[in-house]
Amino acid sequence: MTSEIQLAGFGGQGILFAGKVLAYCGMLADREVSWLPCYGPEMRGGTCNCSVCLSDEPIGSPVVNDPDLLIAMNEPSYTKFIGAVKAGGYAFIDSTLVDSANARDDIHEFRVPATRLADENELKGGANIILIGKLIKETGVISMDDIEAAIRKIVPAKKAQLIENNLRAIKLGYDYTE
Amino acid sequence: MANERMLMKGNEALAEAAVRAGCKCYFGYPITPQTEIAAYMSKRMPKCGGVFLQAESEIAAINMVYGAAATGVRAMTSSSSPGISLKSEGISYAAGCDLPCVVVNVQRGGPGLGGIQPAQSDYYLATKAGGHGDFYIPVYAPCSVQEMADYAVKAFDMADKFRTPVMILSDGLLGQMMEPVVFPEITDNEPEKDWACTGHGNKRRHNIINSLYLKPEELEESNRERFKKYEIEKAELPEVETYLTEDAEIVVTGYGASARIVRSAVNAARAEGIKAGMIRPITLWPFPEKAYAETVETAKAYLVVELSMGQMVDDVRLATSCKRPVRFFGRTGGVIHTPAEILAQIKLIAKEELK
Repeated sequence: MTSEIQLAGFGGQGILFAGKVLAYCGMLADREVSWLPCYGPEMRGGTCNCSVCLSDEPIGSPVVNDPDLLIAMNEPSYTKFIGAVKAGGYAFIDSTLVDSANARDDIHEFRVPATRLADENELKGGANIILIGKLIKETGVISMDDIEAAIRKIVPAKKAQLIENNLRAIKLGYDYTE
Repeated sequence: MANERMLMKGNEALAEAAVRAGCKCYFGYPITPQTEIAAYMSKRMPKCGGVFLQAESEIAAINMVYGAAATGVRAMTSSSSPGISLKSEGISYAAGCDLPCVVVNVQRGGPGLGGIQPAQSDYYLATKAGGHGDFYIPVYAPCSVQEMADYAVKAFDMADKFRTPVMILSDGLLGQMMEPVVFPEITDNEPEKDWACTGHGNKRRHNIINSLYLKPEELEESNRERFKKYEIEKAELPEVETYLTEDAEIVVTGYGASARIVRSAVNAARAEGIKAGMIRPITLWPFPEKAYAETVETAKAYLVVELSMGQMVDDVRLATSCKRPVRFFGRTGGVIHTPAEILAQIKLIAKEELK
């Protein structure tokens, strides 16, 4: 099985980091993984996106054209990518920053006010990880154990307090109901 | 720890593998999409007794490599397409002096400043026109982060073995993407270099590294000698991966990033009952001609897929002696073909050539 994931938002929202967390999860679960960032002028502000593939077979193109899963963290990203999600796929939307009504009736759209939740819980910058928490809950593409291991692996020892914050963010997203 | 899977960018994996392979000097100049190589080296080299130096230009960097290589140490530079054009003169000098070194090209779109997205439009530059004069250099084309690491090591070994610059021809996709990588075991393949210019306190004759021959006969002789070496390289170096080619009627061929997408398209074609296969050259020079010749009897047509307007397609026509139709499909400027686009080309060929 292959899961193609597109993550998109503003530069600074942690789009690339969130993608890296997902890729690490896949690797720790002994799967084939790829992570491909946009590296154009977008990464210096403006929109930013990244493609992640998790697969049980060798990965061909690391470019995700039609995602199974979309994480969209701002309005332009939602508009740009929502139409490309495969029928039956999933979209996780930061509803603090995306106003558009559901654009598709053939996919599962989940709206989480991730930026507001992050602010209310003193998890500034944690909206990306909150959305991953919801993704884990609704799709089961990655497990709670793997995400915890991945976060412990990526966050450097010097910034240990960030581990707890990230784990809290995962739980917030996981437990959130509309 | 040694065999741990690590998640790294292609650029970083290549840099780490180069250090492990004994690269002691890295000289570079920033350019997207290869800057991570220089950035990694700037952190890593001082910790392992090596030299990292950001040169004032690409030309300076290749000439620093030329100097370092002349003293017998393993040296490397890296750049992206426009920067490699600038390095051409230095590559020619190093080839003319038979100096081992590694040059990495993480290709981007051209010509001119072009763009910063992935491309494969430096095939001619790498394999046929690396600089002025009569020379070739071995060119490796990795297609994964793992191979970025593996062929960095191999490039140094082959550079020393054949006393030649070696190029790794990568692209922005492979440089920027992250995949798991396991670093290869390093065997000490660095030979004695009795030709190197190292201080000896007048205890032996001076070694002189120079590519200037003012007597025509001497220059011709040196060129002939070097081309004898190329015959050995042509026999020993070609590397290729073949995939489902035994019964393939349509052989699709591409290198590097293109090959990843070709493989997906070939799988999709097989699922639809089309006998497709893939040849992926790993060495672009010497070109693995044999792999193509071996398929000429069973294949009915070839499709060359590149991120260019068509450069490797010439070598495929030569390697198949033009016995079968060779078609081309390319995207350029940083646009990357989708598996579906390549599948559509395969189906078109199936319709038109397999009657």
